[in-house]
Amino acid sequence: MIKKLKAAIIGPGNIGTDLLMKMQRSEWIEPVWMVGIDPDSEGLKRAREMGIKTCSEGVDGLLPHVIADDIRVAFDATSAYVHAENSRKLNELGVIMVDLTPAAIGPFCVPPVNLKQHAERLEMNVNMVTCGGQATIPMVAAVSRVQGVEYGEIIATVSSRSVGPGTRQNIDEFTRTTAGAVEQVGGAKKGKAIIIINPAEPPLIMRDTVHCLTSGEPDQAAITASVHAMVAEVQKYVPGYRLVNGPVFDGNRVSMFMEVEGLGDFLPKYAGNLDIMTAAGLRTAEMFAEEAANGTITLPARG
Amino acid sequence: MNLKDKNVVLHDMSLRDGMHAKRHQISLEQMVNIATGLDEAGMPLIEVTHGDGLGGASVNYGFPAHSDEAYLNAVVPKMKQAKISALLLPGIGTVDHLKMARDCGVSTIRVATHCTEADVSQQHIGMAAKMEMDTVGFLMMAHMASPEKILEQAKLMAGYGANCIYCTDSAGYMLPDEVSEKIGLLRSELPANVEIGFHGHHNMGMAVANSLAAIDAGASRIDGSVAGLGAGAGNTPLEVLCAVLERMGAHTGIDLYKIMDVAEDRVVPLMDQPIRVDRDALTLGYAGVYSSFLLFAKRAEQKYGIQARDILVELGRRGTVGGQEDMIEDLALTLAKQKGLA
Repeated sequence: MIKKLKAAIIGPGNIGTDLLMKMQRSEWIEPVWMVGIDPDSEGLKRAREMGIKTCSEGVDGLLPHVIADDIRVAFDATSAYVHAENSRKLNELGVIMVDLTPAAIGPFCVPPVNLKQHAERLEMNVNMVTCGGQATIPMVAAVSRVQGVEYGEIIATVSSRSVGPGTRQNIDEFTRTTAGAVEQVGGAKKGKAIIIINPAEPPLIMRDTVHCLTSGEPDQAAITASVHAMVAEVQKYVPGYRLVNGPVFDGNRVSMFMEVEGLGDFLPKYAGNLDIMTAAGLRTAEMFAEEAANGTITLPARG
Repeated sequence: MNLKDKNVVLHDMSLRDGMHAKRHQISLEQMVNIATGLDEAGMPLIEVTHGDGLGGASVNYGFPAHSDEAYLNAVVPKMKQAKISALLLPGIGTVDHLKMARDCGVSTIRVATHCTEADVSQQHIGMAAKMEMDTVGFLMMAHMASPEKILEQAKLMAGYGANCIYCTDSAGYMLPDEVSEKIGLLRSELPANVEIGFHGHHNMGMAVANSLAAIDAGASRIDGSVAGLGAGAGNTPLEVLCAVLERMGAHTGIDLYKIMDVAEDRVVPLMDQPIRVDRDALTLGYAGVYSSFLLFAKRAEQKYGIQARDILVELGRRGTVGGQEDMIEDLALTLAKQKGLA
């Protein structure tokens, strides 16, 4: 029985290559195409060496092969500027789009919090928020599922080497998008996000702090149990996701101090911020594949 | 050192950096009282925001008594000659905050990044320059990078549209020779129409001497704070710097007695603790740690029984940068666990 969904990755950069390496171990997703725009790029060369079909004409080069190769899911690791067009063209052919760019035209997806709902509804485009969002929103949700969160604040500290030019040129997008998802997915009434870039050598592992202000005195036992359960959920796809300290309670403040170490596939281990994006993106596609195999959802019909 | 007839623009920090020392709890009335005193004394530029800049209101840095907008709306209309500036740290505040500040009548925007990460400031510096504001690039923790690296980053900010670049000694770590070298290189390599500034902290007792070295090496804007009200052991005490510069024959346009009176009569009475080089503030300078960590480390000492000095030295060893206040409680918890205290 063929259960794996066939996939294309758009954008053969660091994220796309790391995703490809993770995908090659997946029981549910089979990488078939890597799409770039420069035939001589290192990323496409690496993909070819890994036995993946490549094209260098952007998404338009992939479109004629979508039906023949039965591509069911695509990962966009390009930029917010081209994502909308990429998504429209592939959705038309019945390809589910997992958006790793900041475009956020589809709903935010943080796997342990709301992925199942998206999969059951067969959302054709889901957005993976930001690295800081993937690392922290599960913790906000772990508190808010126990008790109302009036205010959720996250501080993501990442190594300078792991922050690319796209993020740097539009760092406001990170703070706005993450704060929005702390509210919409994390369940906080008001969200705030802060990002700090640290140039220390050797590079520091991604660190994240999550503060929640609860409505009323926090139920310490229930919140602690919920936080530990949520950490275990995230560890299923990011084994290096660790609760370093907390939850700490101080009045109505609940604080968690996290560390995110990557698997070190293509990206170095300190770049847990990038790893948690690729791992969450892959986890998302896998859930769609599982739901399709279970018959909970029916993928778009093909002749 | 000959600073005779040099013109120096002083920039007061008591209502921004001083917010750190006041846990961001300065009242609107106190702010207006100090700002009007400074205005009358001839201070040309006064910074007003949360200590961590626009949008700094947070659990991580502390919630202020009032919003940035409320402070700016209270102070700006009261100024007769002084201009008001606002600080913005990309990653904390956004261009939305910047536009809000402009609408409140702020004329100078200072965009601050760690001294090696200037490329996160492009959209903010670009926007401020496009709105024809006095636009400053503010390279923090400048002791952590070489003069060449500071110059490279300064050129990025100037390229985005900044008309003034600051070498910022956020940790109060620098000694005068380092200030001379870094400011000197910036002055000789940046275009003449780009001003150079220096921002000192007094953690090693060097803030006045460093400011003089900066002026001598070509800086024309100097930050300080009346009565030194600021993070760590405070900023360069402006009434002291004014007196020194007057003795040296440099021009600041400030009435010395008036600024002395603002310091003594308006600022000192509202201090929650003496702003001095105590052992923890000295540790900031000695270990090269961001000055606003001081009160957070002292509070962690109270709560977790780990000496503030030990926390600060370890944060220095780990290469923490401005804004990483969250690491203080995290580290205190870890050290307390190791000692079997928590």
